[in-house]
Formats: sequence, structure tokens, C-alpha cells
Amino acid sequence: MIMPDRNYHESSRAHVTGAALYADDISNIGNLLHGCVQASTLARGTLCALNLERVRQSPGVVAVLTAADVPGVNDLSHLPDGGGEPLFIEKEIVSEGQAVFAVIADSLDNARQAAKLAVVEVEPSSAVITINQAIDADSKIAPSRKIKVGDSTRAIDNSAFQINGSLYTGGQEHFYLEGQISIAIPKESGAMTVIASTQHPSEIQSTLALLLGVSSNSVTVQTRRIGGGFGGKESQGSLCAGVAAIAAQLTSQPVKVRLDRDQDMIMTGKRHDFRIDYKAGFDNDGLIRGVSLDYASRCGHSLDQSKAVNDRALLHADNAYYLENATLTSHRYHTNTTSNTAFRGFGAPQGMLGIERVIEEIAFTLQQDPLDIRLANLYRTPNRSVTPYGQEFDSKVLVRIIGELTEHSEYRSRRKKIRRFNQGSPVIKKGIALTPVKFGISFTAIHLNQAGALLHIYRDGSVQLNHAGVEMGQGLHTKILRIVQDILTIERSDIRIMATNTEKIPNTSPTAASAATDLNGMAAASAATVLHDRLIKVASHRLDLPEAELSLSDGFLHTGDKPIMSFNELVNEAYLQRVSLFATGFYRTPDINFDPDSFTGSPFYYYANGAAVSEVEVDLLTGEHKVNRVDILHEVGQSLNEEIDKGQIEGGFIQGMGWLTMEELVWNDQGVLQTHSPSTYKIPTCRERPSIVNIDLLRDAPNQVESIYRSKAVGEPPLMLSISVLHALSDAISSVANYRICPQLNVPATPEHILESVQRVEKLGLASV
Amino acid sequence: MSLTHEIKFTLNGSPVSLTIPLTMSVLTMLRDLLNLTGTKYGCGEGECGACTILIDGVSVNACLKFAVDCDGRTLTTVEGLVADSRNDPLRTAFAEKGGVQCGFCTPGMVMQARHILDNYPRANESQIKRGIEGNLCRCTGYKKIIETIASVGELDNKG
Repeated sequence: MIMPDRNYHESSRAHVTGAALYADDISNIGNLLHGCVQASTLARGTLCALNLERVRQSPGVVAVLTAADVPGVNDLSHLPDGGGEPLFIEKEIVSEGQAVFAVIADSLDNARQAAKLAVVEVEPSSAVITINQAIDADSKIAPSRKIKVGDSTRAIDNSAFQINGSLYTGGQEHFYLEGQISIAIPKESGAMTVIASTQHPSEIQSTLALLLGVSSNSVTVQTRRIGGGFGGKESQGSLCAGVAAIAAQLTSQPVKVRLDRDQDMIMTGKRHDFRIDYKAGFDNDGLIRGVSLDYASRCGHSLDQSKAVNDRALLHADNAYYLENATLTSHRYHTNTTSNTAFRGFGAPQGMLGIERVIEEIAFTLQQDPLDIRLANLYRTPNRSVTPYGQEFDSKVLVRIIGELTEHSEYRSRRKKIRRFNQGSPVIKKGIALTPVKFGISFTAIHLNQAGALLHIYRDGSVQLNHAGVEMGQGLHTKILRIVQDILTIERSDIRIMATNTEKIPNTSPTAASAATDLNGMAAASAATVLHDRLIKVASHRLDLPEAELSLSDGFLHTGDKPIMSFNELVNEAYLQRVSLFATGFYRTPDINFDPDSFTGSPFYYYANGAAVSEVEVDLLTGEHKVNRVDILHEVGQSLNEEIDKGQIEGGFIQGMGWLTMEELVWNDQGVLQTHSPSTYKIPTCRERPSIVNIDLLRDAPNQVESIYRSKAVGEPPLMLSISVLHALSDAISSVANYRICPQLNVPATPEHILESVQRVEKLGLASV
Repeated sequence: MSLTHEIKFTLNGSPVSLTIPLTMSVLTMLRDLLNLTGTKYGCGEGECGACTILIDGVSVNACLKFAVDCDGRTLTTVEGLVADSRNDPLRTAFAEKGGVQCGFCTPGMVMQARHILDNYPRANESQIKRGIEGNLCRCTGYKKIIETIASVGELDNKG
């Protein structure tokens, strides 16, 4: 059984003294050059001429790179069918922020100064910027996908009530505190080592091999830690790494490329924004008889991960509700904007917003508590338990969560109180909502559900641990250390976790899909178990005792309760017996399958469930709001580390709240991003934090499938708990017309959008009196 | 050609004399000339607080301050918080109470926390929020950071 939980973040002591090194902090590299990437300021057009003479002659400049300087293939897309995402523009400009050229100089200042001297001639052409423009232009970047169960058209038509509408959701900038950065260091015989801030070292490795025209075994990528990722460093690290590696190969000197914050925000992809059109039919009981959800997403100028993101949106279009007759369609649009990418939740948050709006519309139509509509439509075993894509979902845990949360948050009585409060409060209106989350765990690209680990034990008993995952603040290393510690029964200080390195573990999957602990924890456990068993065998041989009578605990070999020799002595004995003291571990998630063509299968090893109640107040005069209280009950199985899990829940919730309420990306008509710095793009500060946040982990709920120590993934699911804030805002706004009109609030619910919604509700409310 | 200037200041308790370009920020000086990389570049425009240091005991965004302005002053960076009865509990609390996730905002948060507690040894939640509203954290949601600083304040109460 796992040991009591007293392990805090493995590097936190180094963090609080400033000793924890990120890529930008590595200073002992001689002759380091710096790169500055010049981005396109035009959203669409043609690059007619590029005169870089003055750039080359500028002080300190060592090299200038353009598309012509890419030794291999000028492509970052990393897709077998070619995504058409050049590192440097060749002729066609398809988005603001695409790299035109890069200057490599002896200092970052000199590189920046030089870059300004370029003469870039471009010929603009008309650009497709917004989703609606893309829909009008029918500019699909990939084929649409559809899930169809039953006959939604007939079911909607035959229902007593029909509703329809549209919902817009904005994108989201990752705003990892540490921006994109890579350092490339040339090695002998054409080899290259790259220190990259990435969630996906192996993809950087293979992309660089293509760019450099070498094989993967010439490129080593290492990452000790990154200052936040959130999906934004899953594929987006290739830009800096690519420029740095090409420059390093060309100059035979180490090169660092670190984007400015503004460049980072302009050049790199973000969360997909969506337009969701919905139609639903229902009867007096509030049950959804038929529903049609049309998702149109802005993918940006290249495919990147847009297929998978939009697939996951479709796979979460049901959220927690059984849909008997449903047509769920996803359209993926090409736009002349930055190429949207992975972001915590990976399409699922947008997927869920559609059906939650439908629930809300039903509640307004029938004048019922939205919670009752949610409960009525919730998955239930046995007859209402199959998802639209055919996977069985056992809703017992989710039903329990909603029940317990409703009770301990006092949702029902608070809702009544709030309604009374609103009657006497003409300007400040309060609102409350409970929303559930059911999130599928596993990569839907089945092959990614694998991981490796490598464990070395040295003669003095100290251990080095490598695995395929990247530490980005989610506490992955802390959790995995604990697993290995548990199996070898040694102190955490005896185990050193090493930088994630393609030299140690090859062909790694991205640290993503919430699955890093599930996958790498199993792989590390497997390696540790192999070594544990070898050591027991060594002891059995040496002591002439059966293996069954020997065990490791508290750093000692025991027979029964009697300690015989220390772990260190046992290790040395193994060495003297010429027994291997290193092992690899490998894990592949069992029992998952998915056919992306028919969109059917059981893509998820399990689901992580949770629910939240949010209470807000809205100022009708300014459109501003506050979140007063949040109650969360979330499922993490048997927690590997409760403090870390609670930290993920809290952080995920606030990040989701930022997306839904305040973070607004604004492009002008020409496709130029207007909100490219933290002065204009606002992520939550401590001021936006709700005054009361009660987070509880669901007790006595080990994972039903064999995950690592029966824990559950926790990275992404809590982000979607924040949907309760959006619905609480909606509840507050609807009070202005006595809860008769659905506010149809768009995302983000900024003061402007809230005021628009208030005016709409007031107007329709008057009209319907 | 950039103009340079010689400055003398006290850095983490030791005297420093440097010739720096007039346009250099304190952040660049610390990171690139003095190899003190605990102070982070987050945004370079005074919005995120990852570069927070103390100048004459007052918290400052090092990215917004010119290095020449340090002449004659006393600078403290995260590396220079001496191990004493004021700083040890603060660092231990940050390290052990879940206030650190990715860690990139942590040095700035620690320095800002030092500033808050120097001004309000028993800082309440409102003073703490007012104090760290200029320090962005994308990971934690701030709860554990606020609790961490509050817990150190409470320790001070008891001491």
C-alpha cells in the first residue's frame, strides 16, 4: 500500500531560492548566439521581395536565415500528410505572426536592432479572419466529422417544444509564464543537442531531424522543467527549436531563441474559438428527445492538432447527458490567423458548452431549475448509458458527486435566497449554477497511449530515474518519484529525477491529455518492480532463503519483520553477483479502441468526473461581475498526492474561469492581433479569485480500472468545472426579466457581453409581457 | 554605439561596481551580467511580476527599471534573501504548502511576499491580495499562494 502523503513538489526548495533552472537560465554555454525571429505583420498576401543586406551588415550579426537556409524540409507540421506549416514563409503569407526571417547575433539586442533594418515587400490579398467569414467562404481545412445516433430531425420535430440558437466561444492565450524558448548546441559529427521548453521532446526531435535533413539519432532534446505549458508547448516549441538548430548548424555555435512575450502571443497558436449552432426538441419532462449540435471552429492557417482537438470536442458534445437522438457535427475552418492548437481540455470545454446551453434553454422554457433538467438528462445505467460514439459510461460516481455537492453546497436553499435577494436589489443581481463534468481519459490517437521509463541504481544505492513525461508544474515528477519510492522503499532524497531526454527514452508521447501520470507512472512502476524483483532474487541466492520470505521495506531487506541488510548493501551485493542494476519499463493503455472514420469505439480508458456550484453577482450598470463562492467536488480516484490534485483543480478552475469570463482575443479586420501583451490581454489575477473556494476530493472512490494505484488523471477535467460560472452569470442576468428569457450569453462573458445580454433579456422580457 | 555608465550598488549584501549601457534594464543586468537567473523574464513590460526584486527594500519590476538607477542603492534578489528567522519560514511555507506549481512566478512571488510582510507583518487576506495583484500565476489559482503568505504572517503573530 502506498505510503502516507507528505511529499511536496520535488523542486520547490530550488524554486523558492531561484536555483531551479529553466532553459533561459542555463548560462554556462560558451559563444552563445541569440536569435530574433521577424514575423509577418500581414495576415494574407505574397512575399514579393526580401532585402536583408542592411540586416547582415548590422553590428554583431552572425547569420540571417530565410526559407532558403533550411537544409532539410521547411515544414513544422509534423503530420504524415504534410500540414503545410513552413518554418519560414517561402512566398505565400497565410497568417500574421508567420516567420519571415531570423537574425542571429552576438546579443539579443543586436539581433533585434538588425531585424528592423529589413526591407520586406508584400502584396496583400483578402484574408479570412473570423469564423463567420470562414463559414461564408466555406474554407474547410479538414473534412467535417459527424456522429449520428437515432433520428434527431424527426425526434426534434415530434417534440412538444423546440429551441434553437447559436453560441460563440472565444479562444484563449496560454500565457505560460515562461515563454517559448530553445537553445541548440552543436555537437561532433553533425549531432545537435537542444534544450527546449516543450511538452513534447520527441516531436521537437523528429521535426528538427526533418528541418536539418538528418536522422533522428543525430538530435537529442532535453527538458528538465518548463514554466507552464497548458497545451501551448505541445507542438508550438518547434519554431524556436527549429530556428535555433538551423542557426547552430550553420554557425557551429550554440544559439538561443527566446520569443518576446508579445511575439509569443502573436506567433503561437491558442485555444480554438467556436461557433456552436444548436437545435433541440423536448417534452414537458425536460428530457432531450432530439438534439443537433453544429460545431464550427477556427483552426487558423495550418492543421496543427486541429483534427484531434475537434474530435475531442465532438466526443464531449454529450458532456454528462444521454442523447438518444443526436446529430453532432464538427466543421474545421481554415482562417488567416495563428494556427490554433492544444489547450487544456483540448476541445472538450467547447464541446460541453453546447449541450449545457441546450439544458439551460430547456430550463427557461419549462421554468424549471436547470439542475433538475441536468439530473433528468444525466446518463443512467442500464438504459441510458451509451455515449453517442458507443462507449459505455457508468454514471454512478457522477450521480453521487452531484448528489453530495447539491447537499453540502446547499444549492437548493441558496438558489431560493438568491431569488429573494434579487427581488430587492435593482442593480446587483446574483446567480447560481451547478454544472457537471465527465471527461474521457486517454489520447484518442490510440498509438500515443504508451510510455517508457529507465531506472538506474548505482553501487551506493542511489537511483536515477528517467521517464517520458515533462514536468510543467502539474507535479508529475513528484508523483512518479513517490511511486518508485514506494516500490523500492527508499527515501525520496535517494532518487534523482533526471531531465526528460530523448537520449534516455525514445519515441515519447506528448505530456498531454491529462495522462502523463497514468502512462509514465505505470512505466516507472514497471521498471522499479523489475529491479525490486531482481534484488529479492539476489538476496534469496545469497541468503539461501525462498524469495517469498524476503521483502523490502523502509530501505531494508527483511525476512518477516527482521531487517537483514540495507538497500545499499543489497544493491552492492547484486553488483558483485553481476546482476544488472538498470531496467526499462514500458506501458501501453489496455482496452481502448477508436475508429476515427466511423467515429465509434471506446477511446477512453476511463472517465474523470466532477461538479461545481458557482455563485456570482453582476452589476447591471457596468456589466462587471464577481464570483462570490465556488464549491467543487471532484474525483481523482485514490489520490497519489492530495495537495497536488487540489492544486490542479483550483488552478484549472481559475484558468477555465479566465477563458469564460475575461480573457478576450481581439483581431482587427486585417487579421492583426490587438491583444498581444498582458497589458491588453487579461488573465485572472488574485483579485478575480472567488472569495470562497471549497474544494473536496471524492472520498472512497478508487478508479474502477487498473490505473496507477487506482488514481485518476486530474490535469484537464477541472478546467471545465468553471462552466458553472458562465451559467451562474446567465442565471443572474435572466433575473432582469423574471427568469423567463435565456440570456444566450457568449464567451468570454466580459462586461460588454454581459451588458449586451442584459439588454437583450430586458428587451425580450418587455416584448413578452 | 551605446553610451555606458559606471554604477556602484549593494547587491545581496555585497558591493558591486559595473559599467553598463544606459539602456540596460535591471533585469538584463541581473540575468546576463551578474548571472543571477532566479529573477525571471516573464513579459518585459511590468505586467507579470516574475522579475520582482527589492530595491532599498521596496518591491520593483526589474524589467521596468534602468540599471543606471541602481547607483548607490541596495538590491535584493531571490538568491540574496538571507537565511534567517524572517525568510526561512517564508521559503519553507512556499516550498511545502503547494504555492509552487511550475515555479516560474515563484521567485517574484517570494520577493513580493517579503515586501508585503515587511510592511504588514500580520498581513490579512485583503492586504495580501492587494500586494500580489501585480504578480501573475497561471498555475495555482492563487489560493495556496495567499494561504502561504498568510500562514507566515500568522507565524509572525505567534513569534
